[in-house]
Amino acid sequence: MARLMKIARRGFLFGSVALMGGVAFGWWRYATPHGNPLETGLAAGEVTLNPYVLIDQNGVTVIAPRAEMGQGIHTTLAALVAEEMDLDWSDIRVLHGPASAAYYNAAVLQEGVPFAPTDTGWLAETVRAGMDIPAKFLGFQITGGSSSIPDAFDKMRLAGAGARAALVAAAAARLGVPGDQLSTEAGHVIAPDGTRIPYADLAADAAGVELEQEPMLRPKSEWKLLGRTLPRIDMPGKVTGTTTFAIDLRLPGMRFATVRSNPRQGAPLLSFDASAAEAMPGVERIIPVENGIAVVATNTWVAMQAAEAITFDWAPAPYPATSAEIDAVLAASFTEERRDSINRNDGDVDAVLTEDDWQAEYSVPYLAHATMEPMSSAALLKDGRLTIWTGHQLPSQILPEAAGLTGLPQEAISVEVLPMGGGFGRRAEMDVIRQVVTIAKAMEGTPVLLTWSREEDMTHDGYRPAARAKVRARLEGDRLTAFDFATCSSSVVESQVGRLGYSVPGPDGAIVQGAWEQPYRITNHRVTGYRAPAMVPVGSWRSVGASQNAFFHETAMDELAVKAGVDPVAFRLSMIDHAPSRAVIEAVAEMSGWGSNAPGRAKGFAFCLSFGVPCAEVIEVEETSAGLRMTGAWAAADVGTALDPGNLEAQVQGAMIYGLSAAIRGEITIADGQAEQRNFWDYEPLRLSQCPPIAVRVLENLGHIRGIGEPGTPPAAPALGNAIFALTGQRLRDLPFARSVTFA
Amino acid sequence: MPITLTVNGRPETLDLPPEMPLLWALRDGLNLTGTKFGCGVAACGACTVHVDGQAVRSCQTPLGDVAGASVTTIEGLGSPAALHAVQAAWLEGQVAQCGYCQSGQIMQAAALLSANPAPTDAEIDEAMSGNLCRCGTYPRIRAAVQDAARRLQEV
Repeated sequence: MARLMKIARRGFLFGSVALMGGVAFGWWRYATPHGNPLETGLAAGEVTLNPYVLIDQNGVTVIAPRAEMGQGIHTTLAALVAEEMDLDWSDIRVLHGPASAAYYNAAVLQEGVPFAPTDTGWLAETVRAGMDIPAKFLGFQITGGSSSIPDAFDKMRLAGAGARAALVAAAAARLGVPGDQLSTEAGHVIAPDGTRIPYADLAADAAGVELEQEPMLRPKSEWKLLGRTLPRIDMPGKVTGTTTFAIDLRLPGMRFATVRSNPRQGAPLLSFDASAAEAMPGVERIIPVENGIAVVATNTWVAMQAAEAITFDWAPAPYPATSAEIDAVLAASFTEERRDSINRNDGDVDAVLTEDDWQAEYSVPYLAHATMEPMSSAALLKDGRLTIWTGHQLPSQILPEAAGLTGLPQEAISVEVLPMGGGFGRRAEMDVIRQVVTIAKAMEGTPVLLTWSREEDMTHDGYRPAARAKVRARLEGDRLTAFDFATCSSSVVESQVGRLGYSVPGPDGAIVQGAWEQPYRITNHRVTGYRAPAMVPVGSWRSVGASQNAFFHETAMDELAVKAGVDPVAFRLSMIDHAPSRAVIEAVAEMSGWGSNAPGRAKGFAFCLSFGVPCAEVIEVEETSAGLRMTGAWAAADVGTALDPGNLEAQVQGAMIYGLSAAIRGEITIADGQAEQRNFWDYEPLRLSQCPPIAVRVLENLGHIRGIGEPGTPPAAPALGNAIFALTGQRLRDLPFARSVTFA
Repeated sequence: MPITLTVNGRPETLDLPPEMPLLWALRDGLNLTGTKFGCGVAACGACTVHVDGQAVRSCQTPLGDVAGASVTTIEGLGSPAALHAVQAAWLEGQVAQCGYCQSGQIMQAAALLSANPAPTDAEIDEAMSGNLCRCGTYPRIRAAVQDAARRLQEV
């Protein structure tokens, strides 16, 4: 990881990676070093043609090796294979498959390259293409960074096309006819006389076929599944309560555990008294875990009651103990010594700006992920084998973690990745994995399910960092001639990757994400990232650095538009020449009826390019006797190629609501070294009655396909804040807004 | 002293403490895991079930309080082969994302429609506002409740 990130940031490897090429011709060859993980553990009658295709007598199972945390990824990944393989959608089965380096994610690392997403020059493109090679050797199977679709778009279609070609070749050999006289349809090869041979009957022969050339991918114009809204594979299970999340796993003889660990995160447990807990009926074991204890009982409720009955002496926090102290550290970190990056420095800001120019400061708090399913995992250590059942965004990393804790070889460990009740970046952490493996080791022979209380979940998280920004700018007439954006937070990469046991030299692009790469052209334009010291643990929270920087950036832009006397949409368009970005801005203006307001209502606008996706949003608010109420919301985003329009709509709506929850009421505050918020009554997400209707339009002007899980989140908070200003004249520069105004 | 009650039409006898929340009796006692644990304090609605037809938060309902009562969980509302109208509307509207809150959402909506077959938008907002969703499926929940109301009126 360390070496890779250095390469990504400094970009000196481009000369050699240019020779190696991209994913399109690389897939068959580069897949070889990691092998096909499906080949071990095949049941009788099962055949695998490549890491994504498993065939048995009942048909084809597609392996969709990314975490299904609600974003619909299993459906779209399965469609990539099914499209090229000619599978019948109603027959398709989808599994996450094993944790394996074969399912490495190249695209997630492309976000780290030092080129703006709008830079499609040869150098930027060559370095991005070259990211495929180090990611494979790194072997991280990760779901995040809105990267699953860009990563899979070519390689899973090639897997489907390759499997189809092998099946056709097997049929050609069996029938003694040239392959070009055969066609495929709905899971069958069709012979010239109309005979239909099921793939299942050809699979064993096909597994021995050596393809002579890379299969051709179908043009978009011939797609039957891609480009359409498909019924989600996971929907029947989720509306009938039959989907098994990790928290739902039940095994014969299972015991139920919960944990309490030091809420001053990272600090040890000094001592505890569990005598009352041990006396409770149903309590079976008290087991030490990292910085805390686990209670194992006959059911989860007893375990939680017992954990409540234990008294603890926790060590003090290894970071400032209050939000006020933390904020002071942030405010004091805008120094040369703490400067982490200047990824953008056009013109000469220092020569232009003076003390008399416009300036403003902004802040955002820590945020919890607060997935609806609290952290949970199950494990069984038996007969020298360890099995872990979990919902996880980084399953391949579980293998070395669990091997280190148990002394088992990685080959003796299997990870079953289950659907997760929300992820948002939280389920890339190893804390719950280390705990459940420690418990399973102490309970050898007995399957154990670990369930966190909501309070444990809320107080133990890699939070979205608290952050501050200082913006200075000069307007000349109605034109912005200088823009100096400085943003400061602790480093997510340092904190989160550090918890995995790696250190990452070089700047952290997440500190300035959502600011430095924005497609504004301003003559004097600087974006500086300052790295505050590591304090409370921080992590990837849906849209990462863009979640705070879009709020800072787009609130400042709105303020400057007002000051210039220019309409906020026109003000931005005057500085943006990136065509796909202009198109989403114009689309959302048209959709929302920008420029006219119903009586008593007003609209706010914001834009952010994140994860390569330009996304523009408008929110409308009105004042009611009970407080402010959102009455409408509109979003336009460009993903290059829209694979599933219905799912894209759902993701943009959901990402916007996630951002609005945080904007209105979301904050984790620290007192006595620990989070003050405990549950949903004091960390309250948006409710249905507060949610406006949300219209979404997806455009396809970008040259690359992009993912959509995150880009809808960043513009939500500034669009709402700008709407509140338009309605009330009150400028809100600090989140959450409910500190300053009342919401209905 | 064992507690008897009816769960999804079947009589059950549970040898569990009366103060144990119904949620955990269902999940860990009867392995009916469709009812979800979200907060433990009736703040999220993920654990919503019907007790004698009324939507209740099972995490705050002691098992002893439902002795003799009839409890319906998501598993008893409909089945994959014979969906309840609310489930059919949810499927048609492709509502769920992660899906974790949806058992509770569906149970809440089913209780609303059985008490009020033609709710107004404001009544839907009111009834559904105790059920949190972090994925942000609210726009589709609203549409699906309206669709379910239409389906129930056509029966």
